[in-house]
Amino acid sequence: MIKASALQADSAVYRAIVPAGDYFMKTVTEGQTIRILDLEGNQAADTLFYNAADPAERYSAMDTIREQGNVYLSAGTRLISNLGNVMLEIIADTCGRHDTLGGACATESNTVRYALEKKCMHACRDSWMLAVAENDAFGMSKRDITHNINFFMNVPITPDGGLTFEDGISAPGKYVEMKACMNTIVLISNCPQLNNPCNGYNPTPIEVLVWD
Amino acid sequence: MTDNNALLYEDRLAGGCHWSLRMRRGTSLRLIDEEGGANVGMLFYNPVNLLERYNAPDTLKCQHTFKLTKGNCLYSDMGRIFCSIVEDTAGWHDTVCGNLTKAMVNKKWGEHSYQDYRNDWYQNGHNSFLVELAKYGLGIEDMAANLNFFSKVAVDDHGSLRYAANNSQAGNYVELRFEMDTLVLLHTCPHPLTNANDYPRKPVRYQIRKAAPVTDDDYCKNFRPENRRGFKNNDVYHLGVEA
Repeated sequence: MIKASALQADSAVYRAIVPAGDYFMKTVTEGQTIRILDLEGNQAADTLFYNAADPAERYSAMDTIREQGNVYLSAGTRLISNLGNVMLEIIADTCGRHDTLGGACATESNTVRYALEKKCMHACRDSWMLAVAENDAFGMSKRDITHNINFFMNVPITPDGGLTFEDGISAPGKYVEMKACMNTIVLISNCPQLNNPCNGYNPTPIEVLVWD
Repeated sequence: MTDNNALLYEDRLAGGCHWSLRMRRGTSLRLIDEEGGANVGMLFYNPVNLLERYNAPDTLKCQHTFKLTKGNCLYSDMGRIFCSIVEDTAGWHDTVCGNLTKAMVNKKWGEHSYQDYRNDWYQNGHNSFLVELAKYGLGIEDMAANLNFFSKVAVDDHGSLRYAANNSQAGNYVELRFEMDTLVLLHTCPHPLTNANDYPRKPVRYQIRKAAPVTDDDYCKNFRPENRRGFKNNDVYHLGVEA
């Protein structure tokens, strides 16, 4: 569902550009609004959420899909944790649909999907591995890396059980905005994938904005 | 696919139960829905590196599928294949809907505690996995998206879930051939989207056999070009773990 936000960028309390191939890791507090902005269009933002008080509670793609009865995320979707709690709610979305079934790219899955020789191409999971290694304070490890959301990514599921990665339905300036219902660690890999259309074969920066 | 003479072990799990076992590379696990309408929740881990676990998104995207059936391989997060689905008479298995929780069971059917019902209590898949995980030093952080064998959940043109109430009939079976040593956690609790009026307590028989060697023209290996590369990753892995 397309729903625009009334929030203005110049009133944000925090803004950061995240280049493709980098990660973003920051805590947002309950009641804050976080926007992920697709600056140049068709850029997948692979995103994980954790309860800042206890990261063992984290975003659960399966619980979110099952509880809303639909595989796509958009405005109105409540992002549910593995304990059944609402972590964030999508309150604005100018893209219309986001994926949470395709997972993140990893160097290992890249070998299966594309070619064994592509094992050293940069991948989202490597960004997350670096994120947990460089941010000891969060106390996280590979164990905590789970099934993510792919904001701006188009992964249609067909009634006969097909699943494909299609050209993006995002465009420059499209965004998704969420209200935090608990203090939440946001971990994003701005996807470096070059082998499928999820980034339009040209990974580009995103911007993250936070409002009180 | 398998030598029917080589049945190594056979057992039965009542409905609403949980268990775990270690499977060796080159053996197969056949799950049989005895009465129809069974659901088998399942998770896989590498027993020598418990951080390597079943990865549903990788399994789906590597094979461009939302459903799982004969020919599909079930991948770890490390680009390797835990097992291949070598036989399947049910036709569709779910891996996106997760588990029932205690709260969901209570809401659907009312609380049936151990105190009141002894071993006829209503167990749930979420706690079943927590119990089995803890036996190996694992916790909720290690609980990935699970498989739900015998259960079909399709989507409509708008992405809304459609649970198929009668996907599996009595006698249907699915057979997994293990391509690496694997720790298998399983439960027979109902699917979280079941619309049954009463808690469905559906038993499952399981059989372990020695599997025939994987040939180059193997059905699963050639089901998708990606699977050939997955098998190659297993080959490289086994160079490092076998004498």
